[in-house]
Amino acid sequence: MAYNDKTRQMYLDTLQGIRDAGLFKQERFIHSPQAADIEVEFPAGASLKKVINICANNYLGLSSHPEVIKAAHEGLDSRGYGMSSVRFICGCQDIHKELEARITEFLGTEDTVLFPSCMDANAGVFEAILTKDDVMISDRLVHASLIDGIRLASAIHDTYKHNDMEHLEQKLQLHADKRLKLVICDGVFSMDGDTAKLDEMVALCEKYNAMILVDDSHSSGFIGKTGRGTHEKYGVVGKIDVITTTFGKGLGGASGGCVSGRSELVEMCRQKARPYLFSNTMAPVIVAGVLKVMDLIMHNTERRDKLERNTDFWRKGLTEAGFVLKEGDTPIVPVMLFNAKLSQDFSRDLFDEGVYAIGFFFPVVPQGQARIRTQVSAGHEMHHLEKALDAFIKVGKKYEILGKTKQEIIERYGN
Amino acid sequence: MDPNMKDIVLKYVIDEYLEDDSETITYDTPLISGGIVDSFSMVSLKRFLENKYNISIPDADASPEAFDTVNKICTLVDRFLGK
Repeated sequence: MAYNDKTRQMYLDTLQGIRDAGLFKQERFIHSPQAADIEVEFPAGASLKKVINICANNYLGLSSHPEVIKAAHEGLDSRGYGMSSVRFICGCQDIHKELEARITEFLGTEDTVLFPSCMDANAGVFEAILTKDDVMISDRLVHASLIDGIRLASAIHDTYKHNDMEHLEQKLQLHADKRLKLVICDGVFSMDGDTAKLDEMVALCEKYNAMILVDDSHSSGFIGKTGRGTHEKYGVVGKIDVITTTFGKGLGGASGGCVSGRSELVEMCRQKARPYLFSNTMAPVIVAGVLKVMDLIMHNTERRDKLERNTDFWRKGLTEAGFVLKEGDTPIVPVMLFNAKLSQDFSRDLFDEGVYAIGFFFPVVPQGQARIRTQVSAGHEMHHLEKALDAFIKVGKKYEILGKTKQEIIERYGN
Repeated sequence: MDPNMKDIVLKYVIDEYLEDDSETITYDTPLISGGIVDSFSMVSLKRFLENKYNISIPDADASPEAFDTVNKICTLVDRFLGK
């Protein structure tokens, strides 16, 4: 079919509908490396503005770390730019295997397989390890990539209310007759910043003979005393059957991901996971960078300890200022505004004050749950956080939301 | 039709799917097209009905349309009760 005027108009109308609903997302162009201080062109064509970035997944501040950059350069020189292949044809170098071994050791699992991204890991893992005789039972707030992977699998799918262990138990009972049961959750939930109760979940899985899969993308490198992830925080290292995670957040921030866990399940991914079989291997330059990241954090908790201190300061500051936050203790700190337009206006005003943080609204979060999702980094120094806090308070006063309850904010701005 | 069926199904839907206690639904509230029940979560509703009424609903009959309201669900269940 030709892309005729009628077709074009249909898309233009759809896009206009997104704009009219106040839900249109715009990119902001960054002219500097990823860091606490960045230079941004916004709106397009505007002169560059230096702002504090408080919305990156750069939890450990390693995205532009000089040693990581140096290691990536060396990897580029010694192993080349691209592999021009998927893993199993001619896309597996020695450093790919080395990284898999390092991740296995770090996470305390049996084996690991790399994927081009964690989105790909999640897209491939379910169909690789389950059949139509099985059931997947997922938390209702799992990440979109897990939902997409679940949709691609032939096993039946059910959900339990967010972090509701009683409901999860009911579902494990309901599906007791299935050949295999797989419970699925995020370690740290990306939009709310709370954690899955993995100790209770593992106990339930043992009671009902179920497996458990955790996407620890927003945890790996910094949650738990030595940064292993949510399973370390809840004392269940070695008891999570599958962990999926990314190298695109705390672990260097470039790209790539993995499935790590029981050796047979990992091997099933190597044999059957379609993103592993049909998408390019991780680029050597990124593998070399992640190997350096592992060197930096494997036996040194300095960065995750600093992140923990920064997170405490930031949560305390926003709470005392009178913002409504989502409760939790992770570096994801959502400032709740409830109304989509308010979240966009608030974000724009923060930018004018020299702080970069984005409004999140439907469909990224549920209707009526708009927010500014802030993310603390070990790359933030105290002066960054103090300045950002001042900006939040100034803008919060402008919109008269400080000290107001959820209900009061919704009454004034709608949701 | 079991005279209590509508209330049993309505209670299940409320307990299972409504997160906010202040929300109310009726026998004719659109559940799936109204965004209350996502198509994923239909599986637990289907299994609940099958266990409760000792029936088997083929996947082809368990369409989002057939599950869209409590009234429609009860009509569907009633169809299989006689088989």
